[in-house]
Amino acid sequence: MKLDPAIRDQVLGTVPSLRAFAISLCGNVDRADDLVQETLLRALAHIDSFEPGTNMPAWLFTILRNLFRSEYRKRRREVEDADGRYAETLKSHPEQTGRVEFAEFRNALAKLPSDQREALILVGASGFSYEDAAAICGCAVGTIKSRVNRARTRLADLLAIDGVDDFGPDRATRAVLAGGGRN
Amino acid sequence: MKTRKTVDVETPEAGGDEARDAMGRPITPRRTEMRLGREAQARIGQQLRAMYEAVVNEGVPPQIEELVRRLSEQDDGAA
Repeated sequence: MKLDPAIRDQVLGTVPSLRAFAISLCGNVDRADDLVQETLLRALAHIDSFEPGTNMPAWLFTILRNLFRSEYRKRRREVEDADGRYAETLKSHPEQTGRVEFAEFRNALAKLPSDQREALILVGASGFSYEDAAAICGCAVGTIKSRVNRARTRLADLLAIDGVDDFGPDRATRAVLAGGGRN
Repeated sequence: MKTRKTVDVETPEAGGDEARDAMGRPITPRRTEMRLGREAQARIGQQLRAMYEAVVNEGVPPQIEELVRRLSEQDDGAA
């Protein structure tokens, strides 16, 4: 059977946000796009399990997250050697270049434990309710709330101390972005 | 630029309506707690969304759009 065009458009309409989430998980645009494509393949192969009228973004985000947890994270570990990697891969992203502040922020974000980062992004950027975010992550609402809180606290902390001392990668990144001049 | 100093710039010093103790003296929160005030929260939220929106604004990449259209046209299964 062919897919209902309305459902297809809902899927397409979710893709931009799904990509943004995937990039935040993978830390790399190419891997993120692979992950999105694999997610869409699975989703459309099992479109019968989607109940029309329910939350399409939440459904697709759940599939993507599970896929990432089960497969991509392992692959990521193989290539990833440092926390700062996330920021570095995103730095080459055209829309996101040029702002030192952004680089610092992404660096800080990359230092969060992945479950906290994920919760913060779902709630603070994707705009999901705590309930939806909990469903996507397969955990309790209270768990999401506490992860989001911890993520915010940690970020605030990291941004506050950033540059004060001893932050090798941050300093290096900033120096490069600022055009050198100091190490 | 190269004289940039490692100084806190974001948190303005307390205004009049800061928390006060039982004697009416201003309570000075620890630095990290101050950072979690409304301003810090707002700043974090804003940067988070800006980062995310930069990707969202790219829309649907052509190869992904093509994939979805192809899959939605074909009969069940086989991808």
